[in-house]
Amino acid sequence: MAAAHEEAARRVWGGAVPLQVHLHDADVTAFPPPPPFLTLGPRIGYLPLLIPIIKAHFSNALPPGVDTVWFEYKGLPLKWYVPIGVLFDLLCAEPERPWNLIVHFRGYPSEILSPCEGEDSVKWSYMNSLKEATFIITGNSKSVMNMSQADQIALWEAVMKGNLDGFKNISTRLKLGPFEEDGLVRTASTERQRQQGSDEPESPGSGRPCRVPVRLYVRGVQEDLEDIEDALPVSDWESVSYINRPFEIRKVEGRSYITLEHALQTLLPEFFSSDAQNAEELDPAAGNSDTTDPSRSSQEADTTKKTKVKLIRVQGIELDMDIPFLWVANNLKNPEYYLHVCVYVGTRKQ
Amino acid sequence: MGGVGHGTLSLDSFSASAAALVKRWKEIEVDDSLPDWTWKPCCKTGGPSELEGYLALEGVYRDCGGSQEQIQENGNSDGADIVACDTWVQSSSYNVHVYDFHVVYSYSYKVPMLYFQAYRSDGQLLTLDEIKQDLPSDSLKVLSESKWTFITREEHPYLCRPWFTLHPCATSDWMKLLLEEGKVAYEEQSLRYLPAWLSVVGQAVGLKIPLELHCRS
Repeated sequence: MAAAHEEAARRVWGGAVPLQVHLHDADVTAFPPPPPFLTLGPRIGYLPLLIPIIKAHFSNALPPGVDTVWFEYKGLPLKWYVPIGVLFDLLCAEPERPWNLIVHFRGYPSEILSPCEGEDSVKWSYMNSLKEATFIITGNSKSVMNMSQADQIALWEAVMKGNLDGFKNISTRLKLGPFEEDGLVRTASTERQRQQGSDEPESPGSGRPCRVPVRLYVRGVQEDLEDIEDALPVSDWESVSYINRPFEIRKVEGRSYITLEHALQTLLPEFFSSDAQNAEELDPAAGNSDTTDPSRSSQEADTTKKTKVKLIRVQGIELDMDIPFLWVANNLKNPEYYLHVCVYVGTRKQ
Repeated sequence: MGGVGHGTLSLDSFSASAAALVKRWKEIEVDDSLPDWTWKPCCKTGGPSELEGYLALEGVYRDCGGSQEQIQENGNSDGADIVACDTWVQSSSYNVHVYDFHVVYSYSYKVPMLYFQAYRSDGQLLTLDEIKQDLPSDSLKVLSESKWTFITREEHPYLCRPWFTLHPCATSDWMKLLLEEGKVAYEEQSLRYLPAWLSVVGQAVGLKIPLELHCRS
């Protein structure tokens, strides 16, 4: 079991998106224009961390003056604090290899993107997310706040370099998980009790219900979409619902484990509502037909559910609804202990 | 489990406290420059929501310090004095800044968070430095001295754009201390949460909260 866990973590940390970075036309000052730059973007990494090598490649063609670097995909300015793998899973309905991005060195869209001052901003954003995740899991941010400067630096370096072993050296001390079905927070004292096979009841406050840090990115696509590749591209961030909301682990009646479906149902109730009224809305004819047949209406409700959620993607993998949610959270989370989930839903808007 | 005794707030309590604040604000006498708080229902999960939303105080007008600089700049040559006066009068009518304050519930920290944005009269957004110039000196003091209040720029949870916010990580710690003051019933403590919280964070951003907000009607 531990070996499988290790394998999953290595794959997540080793995952990368091939990028083909084009210099924005208006920023080109050389003739002929420079060829695009091919590189690998680590799934758990961030675009601004690639700026130094990208800049080096385009240096001869850049205009003089101060650079304000930002990235764009099909007209959409990319949020620099979202991990590269998540951006790719969210914005490329049909994975594009390599992923063609445009890099700009001028005209930072500060009404859409918060400012980014290179590595420092990214590090701050990472540490901030880690603190938030720690608060969610344990009820306070102490373990992160109490980290020594040296440890913080080493942790960040490990993330930047994709060094899983280096990361684990420090992260294990934070005692953040793993998440378990009984939903109890494992603090240092409860661990000792468990290991000693203690019969003593856990001291009050140590068995707090555990929460899982989750970040959902809900993209609306055409309701009648059959092939995911036909999804219209995301033109603005208003059409993506970003939901930063923890999932509280609670035992489910009649179930031995929490499914991904159950977790998403809790976090996105509207897209999973299965009441008859919802079925009627989408298919008025069904509402008028025989409603006294309970098996038929539940079948329609299932169709309703399936119509709404088109795709669930985590770390580039399309997940089934039945998969144990906590396995996903434990094995496919990012280095800041957040699980990022991209959900494509059919909405009437498009 | 958390809750008001730990300085945190459930979503239900937040909504209830918000509704109580909106109601109470209308009852008390408030400075003319302050508009009313409104509740903006908002749902991210695809449908209408009765519970989910945020509090908004929009269109708070502030005179800004810019006019001072204008006088000094133009006061150098005697001949330009008359022009300077005209310039000052003209620029002061443009030197009104408009602030929007939103109180948004943080699911992660189970506390409210203050988001704010400021505009010039031409609609141009203010930078953090420009906002700090507007703040009274005691606000600046709070910001620089307290390790618990610092302003960052983050994406507004409902409006998808970067807004300024006061970092929430220590909120439950100081709210716990603040609420310990009175021995009141749990329900009443929940309702008092937002006015109490607002009186503290308001200090950091120069938002004066009338004392009557804390008293029962």
